[in-house]
Amino acid sequence: MARIIAGVTTSHVPAIGAAIDLGKTQEPYWQPVFKGYEFSKRWIADQKPDVVILVYNDHASAFSLELIPTFAIGCAESFAPADEGWGPRPVPVVEGHPELAWHIAQSTILDEFDMTIVNRMDVDHGLTVPLSLLFGQPAAWPCKVVPLAVNVVQYPPPTGNRCYNLGKAIRKAVESYDEDLRVMVWGTGGMSHQLQGPRAGLINREFDTRFLDRLTSDPEGLARLPHLDYVREAGSEGIELVMWLIMRGALEANARELYRFYHVPASNTAVGHIILENPR
Amino acid sequence: MKNYTNAFKDIPGTTVFDATQSRQGYHLNMFCMSLMKAPNRAAFKADERAYLQTFPMTDAQREAVLARDYNRMIDLGGNIYFLAKIGATDGFSFQNLASKMTGVSEDEYRAMMIAGGRPATGNRSRSDPAR
Repeated sequence: MARIIAGVTTSHVPAIGAAIDLGKTQEPYWQPVFKGYEFSKRWIADQKPDVVILVYNDHASAFSLELIPTFAIGCAESFAPADEGWGPRPVPVVEGHPELAWHIAQSTILDEFDMTIVNRMDVDHGLTVPLSLLFGQPAAWPCKVVPLAVNVVQYPPPTGNRCYNLGKAIRKAVESYDEDLRVMVWGTGGMSHQLQGPRAGLINREFDTRFLDRLTSDPEGLARLPHLDYVREAGSEGIELVMWLIMRGALEANARELYRFYHVPASNTAVGHIILENPR
Repeated sequence: MKNYTNAFKDIPGTTVFDATQSRQGYHLNMFCMSLMKAPNRAAFKADERAYLQTFPMTDAQREAVLARDYNRMIDLGGNIYFLAKIGATDGFSFQNLASKMTGVSEDEYRAMMIAGGRPATGNRSRSDPAR
């Protein structure tokens, strides 16, 4: 049977991708960011996941205003890096796992989550930057990826509680999949940041720290945080943090925090990263 | 729904991309979306005014684009993830756009971020006593 072995959350700042692609990771500005992922790179090389269910948001790349799915699951064989206005990132094509993706889509729909099934989708920095942070610059990504795009651009996005419960439904789906697979669920985006208007540049270390604490210790309470609190406390784009709750819901209640990293800034954003392991 | 949407208006310097903004900004944002294709970027750069005329947006929206007035574009329904494609077409980093929206130089903005960013204190509510 397939099994969820661990969850990862990480920011997906586009400038981090650019720093990797342009060979700037050892510059003084970027060095502390990448140092924070050294443990995680060693850890994941050891863990060898077969599939990562990668929760992220599309930044007006695959989905414009023509079509705005709240939850969209990528069921294609592969996903090309998107051209976000400066050409596609020079990273490998993302190989999907259509059979598992379809299984999750069917199982979650029957569990009353109205998933949108996507058979063609380019993936932007929201998905590829986390892969680069954890896997570096390989010729091919070392695992299959099931992209799960969440709308956090058009209001209202899904509630934290909805995300948390979708995570639980994903866990149920994975655990009912026959093939022996080591599966991880990643939640990406955040932490505090605001990219728009006169309040751009907002960072809230206290909020972020408490969010990281509660992700392990009090996910049920954290899931009830209203959107207003995210925007007020963590900035307009801090709303991306609802996606972390999908990862949390997919892990066991007694999952333990293996690793945490927090750094300000990467461009406009507070970088947060956590690894949760399920009990064996 | 009205209460949900209105509650965000108490947060200073922030525009939530709700139904009203989305309807107002549809064509502006779809213009931005077109800049994801290299030939469109070239056409826009070659003659910005002519290219903008091919989208049924308002004159105010066109003028805001030509002036690269990002706050105005947001007022007129632009969403930052869409507007960022104009910045990318111009060859500017996101940090450059953020400095423009906050009215400081890119160096000043970068220094603020390195120093820990804009604090939440004083920036949570329009009625925040620390403002």
